[in-house]
Amino acid sequence: MLKYGLLLFTVLSMASCAHVKEYQKSRINDSEMSLSSRHVEKNELNAESYREGSSGANGGKTGGGCGCN
Amino acid sequence: MKKLSLSVIGMYLVMAHAFSQTNTTDSTGYKPKKLKLDEINLVTSYYDQTADKSAVMGGRTDYKGNADVTDFANGIDVTFIGWDKKQRKNTLSVGLGIDYHTAASQAYVDSNGTSRNNGTRIYPTLNWSRENDKKGTSFGFGTYYSAENNYYYSLGLNAYVSKKNKNNGEFSLKVVSFFDQIKMIYPTEFIPVTKETPVDSALQLHYITTASGRSELVNSSGQTVGKSKGPVVPSKPRNTLTATLSFSQVLSQRMQGSVELDMVYQNGYLGLPFHRVFYNTGKDTIENLPSQRFKLPIGFRLNYFLGDNIIIRSYYRFYADSWGLMSNTFNLEVPVKITPFFSISPFYRFYMQTAARYFAPYAVHTEEEQYFTSNYALAAFNSNLFGAGLRLAPPRGIFTNSLRILELRYSHYTQTTDLNANIISLNLTFK
Repeated sequence: MLKYGLLLFTVLSMASCAHVKEYQKSRINDSEMSLSSRHVEKNELNAESYREGSSGANGGKTGGGCGCN
Repeated sequence: MKKLSLSVIGMYLVMAHAFSQTNTTDSTGYKPKKLKLDEINLVTSYYDQTADKSAVMGGRTDYKGNADVTDFANGIDVTFIGWDKKQRKNTLSVGLGIDYHTAASQAYVDSNGTSRNNGTRIYPTLNWSRENDKKGTSFGFGTYYSAENNYYYSLGLNAYVSKKNKNNGEFSLKVVSFFDQIKMIYPTEFIPVTKETPVDSALQLHYITTASGRSELVNSSGQTVGKSKGPVVPSKPRNTLTATLSFSQVLSQRMQGSVELDMVYQNGYLGLPFHRVFYNTGKDTIENLPSQRFKLPIGFRLNYFLGDNIIIRSYYRFYADSWGLMSNTFNLEVPVKITPFFSISPFYRFYMQTAARYFAPYAVHTEEEQYFTSNYALAAFNSNLFGAGLRLAPPRGIFTNSLRILELRYSHYTQTTDLNANIISLNLTFK
């Protein structure tokens, strides 16, 4: 799975097909199209990282703090 | 820590002063702008969990293994933005979070279930960044501090750089480190008595000094009858270093995606001193885990604007670590725009993980094993999360001109370990 992930990463890194002009970005710039988690998700992501064995690669925490309850 | 807190406040004041430059005009008519309040974000959440098999009681399924939790979390982030003489955008963010929780399992740090079962956590943050739109570059750094009552503190530092290319792509590198200290709060049965001082021979009350440095007033049968005086509990370090590589790309007028790879290295005390493990002989001990862990999560996002009103937000993550735990996460969210300024977003998340090689349930570990835990966060399980969010962002504000965005989100979470939780969150953005 990791191999496929790294392959996709490389392909995306080399992508040069996207010639989208600034004036064509009305949909891309829509706030719902953001490539990050929402402010309102912050505590939900924290809870998931405390209750599950894995974390990271989602904009949430990768360490620090207890979460021991 | 007081010194560190003062340093953080000092850094804030120095930065606030440094960017409070006076306005000057260049030949193009451009005027730099002082750092000015841009946005205030308030996030509040209530989390309610029912579960058993608590790590404090070594995964027991009876009433002593109760792992019910409530958590009331509140955070505020204040962002200031300014432009300097070279037309670079400077952003300063100051944040403060305060959580209050209750945890049934915490009561059983004392084997009689009489320990305090609630606590607070305070976590301030400070971040600064500079963005050069002409060059497509940005960089920044920040700091984070978290204190949990009598248990833990954590100090975080981060720095990042990013560069946009001409083809609507952006590459960034971020480094984050956390330096934690874990207070060694042991279950009561593992605190050996090192000294006894009689204080009342008639009542047979006496002080004991524990191995953790606490002084407790106990009666003739060894039960604690008085509060400890001036606990001096030793601590152990835990360090986390994360390097994050990410790349995002606009793929068409309607689609964009990103890849994020974290490389996480942890060392130090990676268990918790009040997590019990019960051997198959019935005897109990404290969880013991290796002092190093390497984690490798990689996440992919792909967002697509379908038609005029529907957006598809998808996310997948693969995770593997040096403790033998692997997981897959799939997330799909479909915001539907009812109007240009109001959307409803149903979402679903599926998660599956394998167990860490050191995990075994209650009373399964043998005394011959070197590393052992019965913390169900490291067990094999699947989880499902679903719910919906509302987003309201009218251009003239909500009720008042300053409240620009209101987001409300509810989610229900279930694990195959019998853990169930509900979380409701509200985000208000003021401009």
